[in-house]
Amino acid sequence: MPTLPAVRSCPFAPPDEYLRLRDAGRAVRVRMPTGSTAWALTRHADVRAVLGDPRFSSDRRLPQYPFFAPTQPSAHAPARISLIGMDPPEHSRARRAVVGEFTVKRLEALQPRVQQIVDEHVDRMLAGPRPVDLVEALALPVPSMVICELLGVPYADHDFFQTRSGLLLSRVPTVEERNQARGELWGYLGRLIDAKAAAEDPGDDLMGRQIARQKAESGGVDREALIALGFLLLVAGHETTANMISLGVMALLSRPDQLAALRADPSRTPAAVEEMLRIFTIAEFVNARVATEDVELAGVLIREGEGVVALSSVADHDPEVFPEPAALDFDRGARHHLAFGFGIHQCLGQNLARQELRTVFDTLIRRVPGLRLAVDPDELPYKDDAHVYGLHELPVTWD
Amino acid sequence: MRLIADTSRCVGAGQCVLTDPDLFDQDEEDGTVLVLDGEPAGERLEHAHEAVRLCPGQALSLAE
Ligand code: SF4
Repeated sequence: MPTLPAVRSCPFAPPDEYLRLRDAGRAVRVRMPTGSTAWALTRHADVRAVLGDPRFSSDRRLPQYPFFAPTQPSAHAPARISLIGMDPPEHSRARRAVVGEFTVKRLEALQPRVQQIVDEHVDRMLAGPRPVDLVEALALPVPSMVICELLGVPYADHDFFQTRSGLLLSRVPTVEERNQARGELWGYLGRLIDAKAAAEDPGDDLMGRQIARQKAESGGVDREALIALGFLLLVAGHETTANMISLGVMALLSRPDQLAALRADPSRTPAAVEEMLRIFTIAEFVNARVATEDVELAGVLIREGEGVVALSSVADHDPEVFPEPAALDFDRGARHHLAFGFGIHQCLGQNLARQELRTVFDTLIRRVPGLRLAVDPDELPYKDDAHVYGLHELPVTWD
Repeated sequence: MRLIADTSRCVGAGQCVLTDPDLFDQDEEDGTVLVLDGEPAGERLEHAHEAVRLCPGQALSLAE
């Protein structure tokens, strides 16, 4: 039986093992690193179907939940689970409480600040020595600063959460190391929330507004729920966008024709962002589910209690839906990709991510026209050892 | 064609607004979808079809 997860041999395509799974059938039994088994789905239609079907649970406390790591983190995790691990109606309530913070209009209002943050980092990069690691200089600090300001977490502590969230999404650390990282972040957020809750004015930021709203509604603060929310947004806000920025810049620098096309017509950047999201589909480990009843899907009977992994990287390379899937083609109209998932758990921060990606690509193209890779593309260190695909380092230089 | 939104299923992902901001908006408080034109025609109808297809909450539908 094939074992998941597997490693990509080319950053622009899913792992070869996953492509073989696709050829083996619509639903294939696989072994997870914990030793449990699950159904792997690979077709675009099947992945959408399972993620949009309420008969599949996202509850990570279920013993059959198919984790992509050798340990079941939930066994050691704090009691409270965050949005991505909840089912309705608990999930619907919790998501509804925060979704107003991420509306398209809200984010448009945030755009000037995002641009300012990007410009400041590009200024600093241009003033410094070259070559430079773009991950350090731009890809990580930009989303980090944005999510900190949005949440109301002091950016001055960024080293602390960058290292912890990196650890949590890596497959390398031991259970103890991961638990320690989780515990430290949990404690940090708890202290922050206590301080905000005790203050006269909790602050005009996401955490502050949640605290004010909870106090107005119930007179108190659901501390654990707020920690879980802050934890999810902080970790997700760091690693995902950062990795998409570095992969996207790598893609542009190694596909000069596509880069030239964007430079000639910047109005195409949103389409380019969708295509990059599709081709890389970096965070599929979140698309695991457990059947809560017997369901016929993808041509098989999935029994109650069986795990399912919806391999979105393969679905986003389904040749029936995206012809010549490994080709980066900004004109293909890739908006129905599944890089942000599908169904009720579709990424809450997706439009923030789109906005940051657009701003970074546009700004780099405009302000650093001579940008290029400082090493051979084959030497780039990809994150084959992490739950979220990306680059450990992206050395670049400019003329 | 009538464009119908089931706000109880909406997860506020804003895919609809990105598809056509003249056709959709989001509630400021809870982010749920607001339909600005319940009987879209022409290009707007095409956008409505695309939004139905993209909506992750399967909250949108078109009916005769
Ligand atoms: S795309 Fe669907 S789920 Fe998202 S805001 Fe619009 S109606 Fe709601």
